[in-house]
Order: sequence, then structure tokens, then C-alpha cells
Amino acid sequence: MRSRRAQRLAGLACLVVLAAGVVASLRYLAVDFGGLFEAESRHRMVRFVAEFFPPDVSPAFLRQVGLASLQTLAVSLLGTAMAAVVGGLLALPAAGRVGLPAKWLARSLLNGLRSVPELVWASLMVLAAGLGPFAGTLALAVHTTGVLGRLFAESLENATPVPEAALRDLGAGPVARFVYGTLPLVAPQCLGYVLYRWEMNIRMATILGFVGAGGLGQMLYVELSLFQQAQAATVLAAMTLLVLADDALSGWARRGLSAQPL
Amino acid sequence: MSATLSPQLRDPLARRRLGWAITALVLLWPLGRLAEFHPATLLAPANLHVMGGFVDGFLPPAVEPDFLHDLLAATLQTLAIATAGIALAFVIAAPLAFVATRSLSIAAIGPADGRWRGQALRQAARTLMVLLRSIPEIVWALLFVRASGLGPAAGVLALAVTYGGMLAKVYAEILEATDARPARALLQAGSGRVAALCFGLLPLAAEELVSYTVYRWECAIRAAVVMGFVGAGGLGQLMDQALKGFVPNEVSSISLVFLALVMLADAISFVLRKVLA
Amino acid sequence: MSLRLAKVGVVHANGRRALAAIDLVVAKGERVALIGPSGAGKTTLLRVAAAALRPTEGRVALLEDDPWTLAPRALRTLRARIGFVHQAPPIPPRLRVVTAVLAGRLGQWGLGRALRSWLLPDDAAGARGALARVGLAERLFERCDQLSGGQLQRVAVARTLYQAPALLLADEPVSALDATTADAVLRELVDYSQAAGATFVASLHAVDLALRWFPRLVGVRDGAVMFDLPPAEVTPERLAALYAGDLGPVNEAPVSGATQRATPPLASA
Repeated sequence: MRSRRAQRLAGLACLVVLAAGVVASLRYLAVDFGGLFEAESRHRMVRFVAEFFPPDVSPAFLRQVGLASLQTLAVSLLGTAMAAVVGGLLALPAAGRVGLPAKWLARSLLNGLRSVPELVWASLMVLAAGLGPFAGTLALAVHTTGVLGRLFAESLENATPVPEAALRDLGAGPVARFVYGTLPLVAPQCLGYVLYRWEMNIRMATILGFVGAGGLGQMLYVELSLFQQAQAATVLAAMTLLVLADDALSGWARRGLSAQPL
Repeated sequence: MSATLSPQLRDPLARRRLGWAITALVLLWPLGRLAEFHPATLLAPANLHVMGGFVDGFLPPAVEPDFLHDLLAATLQTLAIATAGIALAFVIAAPLAFVATRSLSIAAIGPADGRWRGQALRQAARTLMVLLRSIPEIVWALLFVRASGLGPAAGVLALAVTYGGMLAKVYAEILEATDARPARALLQAGSGRVAALCFGLLPLAAEELVSYTVYRWECAIRAAVVMGFVGAGGLGQLMDQALKGFVPNEVSSISLVFLALVMLADAISFVLRKVLA
Repeated sequence: MSLRLAKVGVVHANGRRALAAIDLVVAKGERVALIGPSGAGKTTLLRVAAAALRPTEGRVALLEDDPWTLAPRALRTLRARIGFVHQAPPIPPRLRVVTAVLAGRLGQWGLGRALRSWLLPDDAAGARGALARVGLAERLFERCDQLSGGQLQRVAVARTLYQAPALLLADEPVSALDATTADAVLRELVDYSQAAGATFVASLHAVDLALRWFPRLVGVRDGAVMFDLPPAEVTPERLAALYAGDLGPVNEAPVSGATQRATPPLASA
């Protein structure tokens, strides 16, 4: 009885703390929400929104937007593919197959790559490789290596060692017995992870353009900076279409993958 | 090799696998051109010089009192943006999820004349949620910054809009997956929908709802940092300035604080989830 | 001498003694059946004979070599000449039957051929031949998780047949199969050993199969050899003494193998 009451009190206390936190946050930010809605700024915002319509649909501009969309897709695809390869290689030591010190090193490296947000990586890559989509590809590759490497390593650790041990008993070498024994166990799940990350990276690739990494993001940033709202509207529409198509694509790809044998 | 084999021995997958392999190889070149893939640029002397100088300056991290003061303010700001943003998102999501969930549909129990209206309303709510979710929060942030010149408030609004959509979708899913019988019993006995929600569904779904909301708060902190890069304040804006201003030791300080913040948020979320469930 | 165990003892990591001072000599081309109650140490003995488990005491000579004094390369070559049929098929579910069978020769192939064959199997004919002997030739290109438990076990047997070892070891190879199929598969293994002059040692739960197919029966109980006799001298009294205290009648297949299962025993990670 007492523990339930104590639990209830603790819960209540937490809620109170949370509410206080929210109020404190709002006060700290000193957000003048009232000011947002007063006449002058309301008119300004309405004007701002109105400038987005009608969006620019001239053929020349549409071709530019189309190219930028393809560029974004290419960046996401190449970045994810590179990450799958490097992440796969790093997953082997991270799963403990080459000894304990290597495992610790690999895991730390992967965690470090993961923790830095993609946008920060993109800013750094712009320094290293200049403005443009290459920086975006590198940023995605580096960050996603951390994510995929960790997921792959977990899959590897969870896989049963029985098939591989049986192959060792018939004299197979280390690489061959991994490929025939453990890889078929983890491949479907790992491919699923890669597809899932590719889907997220399409979204990410559009955003990375904001710091100069090319594609639709860079286009949007530039158009807004030049106060060309009508063009920005087209780019936004393309972004939304890309995301919606991406959602649909991943469903199809997942269904196709699950039917594949090895 | 395959032409001389009897039909039973021809590998049905051989063609498909070769096809995929060739497609991948053929596409590689144009993809590389599109993405302007030149690994050689990384080794160009000018770039190496810039990168080298930057990495050199990472240590020791900046600790001047003025900078530390800014750093603390930025950290608090990021926390505030995330918390206020989630709170606002909750305010948007709760009614949306309430409208969209089928578990509270009176029409599902028996004949009622609001049936089509109820379904249309649910459909509209779901479409709204999808639209809100499609545009990344940083884009919203950029728009809000440009529209109203606000700093941190733009971040709060952007979070409210996108996370509102995400929370609404997941809340609706959780509510629909929860056992609806107590709620239906209440509805059949004539209680209003709100009462059915509070006494019928919420007690069963509370743990999952709280857990997901706290998880989203953690994500909001990361998002708040990212949005800072387009002018929405906090640690992100500070780091953007440090990168553009070529002050590497500030970048490393900010990164360390960011990592610490993420770990702190992780710990807080762990505690909250245990206590509130 | 194809197989010689001299005073072999095995103590597991948890302190339990599995084998005690086993002396066993099997000549080239001989067929030996190991029988005995569950937990007697038959599997452990077979694993020692397969160079898969290093004995705590005693010496082992397999195909004239002591495996534990060999360099890694030479050990691999030795293992490639030893075939092992496991009690439960150690095959990943999503592998295709053809690839699973071809894996039998991985000990003999170089890395290049192994990788190439994984993507595009290059000896489908050979695999088919091995599968035909266990009655599954038409399943060549199907996925392993579409087979029943008993069929998957037959694929594992086909793999060992494809390997064509000089020393063939089998740990309850037919326990998961129904009586007719069990007999047929055992006949294939015996035919192979006669045709290739390979030594064949199998542990069997069904004593009638042992009596029918093997000219030499070794009774194992509590980690020691109780008797080593031709079938004519294995009397019901001897069998009763061997299985004394064992739960359940002697000839019944273990519960897990009595019915054909729809899903193979291995779950994918």
C-alpha cells in the first residue's frame, strides 16, 4: 500500500516539476507570442505567405528543381551505400571477432561518428571538400557508418554461431565460413536497416543543403535568401513530393526484400 | 555456362542477380557525376590546409569566461526550446489524436447518424498529420525565421508543428492498439467521449504514451541544436557562428557540452519513464 | 587405422565429466554404431573424433594424424576429409538448398571459388546428384526454410555426401525422420562408405537400425564403453543393462523428432 502511495506521490511530483519546467522555459525564452499576433506582424506574415503563391512553374526552373531533386537522391544513395560497406567492415571488430581491444576501439569510433549530428558533419565537410553535394555525401556516409556499424554489430552478436561452427568442422576458412554460415542469418535484417537508413537519409540530404551541401536544400536556402518566395514554393513542393514518394518506395522495397532467398 | 545445362540445373536467380549487378555498375557513373563525387578534392592542398588548421585548433577547448557565459546561456536556451516545443506539440497532438482514433467512435458500436461525418473528420485529421510531418522541422524553422525574424521562438514553433504531427500519429496508434472494451462500455452506458477517454483508455495507454513523449523530448533537444544552424538560437547557432568564424576551439567546447547535454537528457528521460509509468 | 582414441577423457568447463578413459580403434572402411542412453557421451565422443573438441586427457589419431599438433592450415585440410552429420541441421534458413549442399566442399575450395559459388552456384549438377541420393533432387533451388525439419536434415546429409569425406561421422542422423525414410537415408550413407572405402561411425537412438546396418556396435554409458561387439552378441540382457534407468522405451525416437516440423530448428537472428 505504502509503495503505491509513494509511487503516486513521486509521479505527481514529477508532473509538477515538468509543468514548472515548461513554464520556466517559456519565460526564459521571453517569447512574445502576443506580439506575434498583433496587427503589424500579422499583416507581414500574411504578406509573406501570400508571396509563395502562385509557385514558379516555368519549364526552365522546373528543370533546375528536377536536377536538384536527382542530386539529392544521388547524395542519399551514394552516402548510404558507402556507409553500408564501411559500417559492415567495422562491424566485424565491433562484434568482437578480432579480440577485445579491437572491439572497444571499433565501438568507440562508431559511437563517436553517430553522436555528431549530420548537419555538423556537413559543415565540417564543407570545410574539407568545399561547397556542394560532395560534402553532403561525405557527411551522410560518415554519420550513417556509425549508425549502421552499430546495428550490424548487434545483429552479428545475436546470430547463432552454430552454422559457422559446423563449417569450421568441415575445414572451411574464416571468410568462407562467415559468408556461408553467419551472413545468411544477418543479411535480411541488415539490408532492412540499410533501406531504412536510406529512407531517412533522403530527408537528411535535403536538409544538408542548408549549410551548402547542394541539392534541394541549398536551392531552398538560396531562394529564400534572395526573397524569391515563388521559387521557394516550388522547391518546397518538390521536397514534400520527394518525402512522400520515399515513404511509398520503402514499403515496396521492404516487401521485395523479404521474398529474396540467399 | 547456362546454355548447355539441362533445364533443371539452370539457376532461376542467375539472370536476376546478374541484372541487378549490371544495373548497379551502370548507374554508378552517372550517380557519381550528379553528386559531384571527387575524392581527389579532399587531398587538394588548399582544402587540406584549411582542414588541417581547423583540426589543429580543436585542442585545448575554449574556456574564456565570456565564452563560457555565452555557452551556458545557449545551453539553457536549447533546453528551453526543446521543452516548450514539446509542450506545444502536445497541445496540438492531443486533440488531433482524440479526433482521429477509432476507439472512441460511437458510430462503431451501433447505428448513429454522425457516421460519415465522423469518418470524414478522422480522415481530415490524418491527412493534416501527414502533411505536418512531411516537411522537416528545420525547413519550418527557416520559414518561421524568415517570416517573423524570431530566433528561438521560430524553433519552438517549428518543433510544435512537426512534432505535433508525429505525436498525434503515434498517440492515435497507441490508443487504437489499446484494449477498447472499457471505453466502449462507458460509451454504451451513455458517458461522453472525453470521460470515456479519461477513465477508459488513458489508464491502460498511459505508460506507452508517456514513454514515447519523453523519447520525443530527447529527439527535440537534438533537433533544437540542428535548427540553430538556420538562426533559431541555442547551441546550434553558437556552433554555426564558431564554424563560420573559424574558431575551432570554440567548436570543440560546444561539441563537448552537446555530448554532455545528450547524456543528461538520456538520464532524465530514463528517470521520468520509470516514475511516470 | 582411421580413428584411434587412446585413454581419451573429457571434462566440461562446468566440471562435469563427459568421457572417461575411452579406448577405441576403428580400422579404415569399418562401420561402427554407437548406442546408449541419452547423456551417455556419444555426442562428445563423436565431436572428439571430428577434431571439433579437444580432449582433456588422452591422445587422438584421426586418419593417421594427431589433429591437435597440426598447424592451422594442415588442420583445415584434415577437417576437410572428415564429415559430420549433426543431430539438428546447422543450416541458415534463408540459404538455398543448392548453396547449403555446395558448402560441403568449402574445405577444399579456395576463397575465390567459394565467394563466386555463393552468388552463382557453379556445381549445381554435383549438388543435385547428392540430393538425389536422399530423394530431394527437385528441391535444388528452393529456400531451406520452405522445407520441413526432416527434409532439412536430409539436406544436411546430402551436404556431407557431397563433401565425400574419408571419415564419416554422424550424430543421430536419422532421429528426425520417419522409419521408412530413416532406413533409406542410412542405406545411402552405408552405400557411400562401402563405395568410397570411408570409415563410418554413427550414434543411433533406434537400436534396430544399428543392428541391421552395422557389423560392430559399441555401447556407451556414463562416459565409458560398456561393450564392443558384433550384432549377434548384443543380447537383450546386454541392452537392458545398457539402457537401465533411461526414461522411455528403447526404440522410440525422441519427442522432438517424432513429427515432421514445419519450421527448421534454427531461427534466424
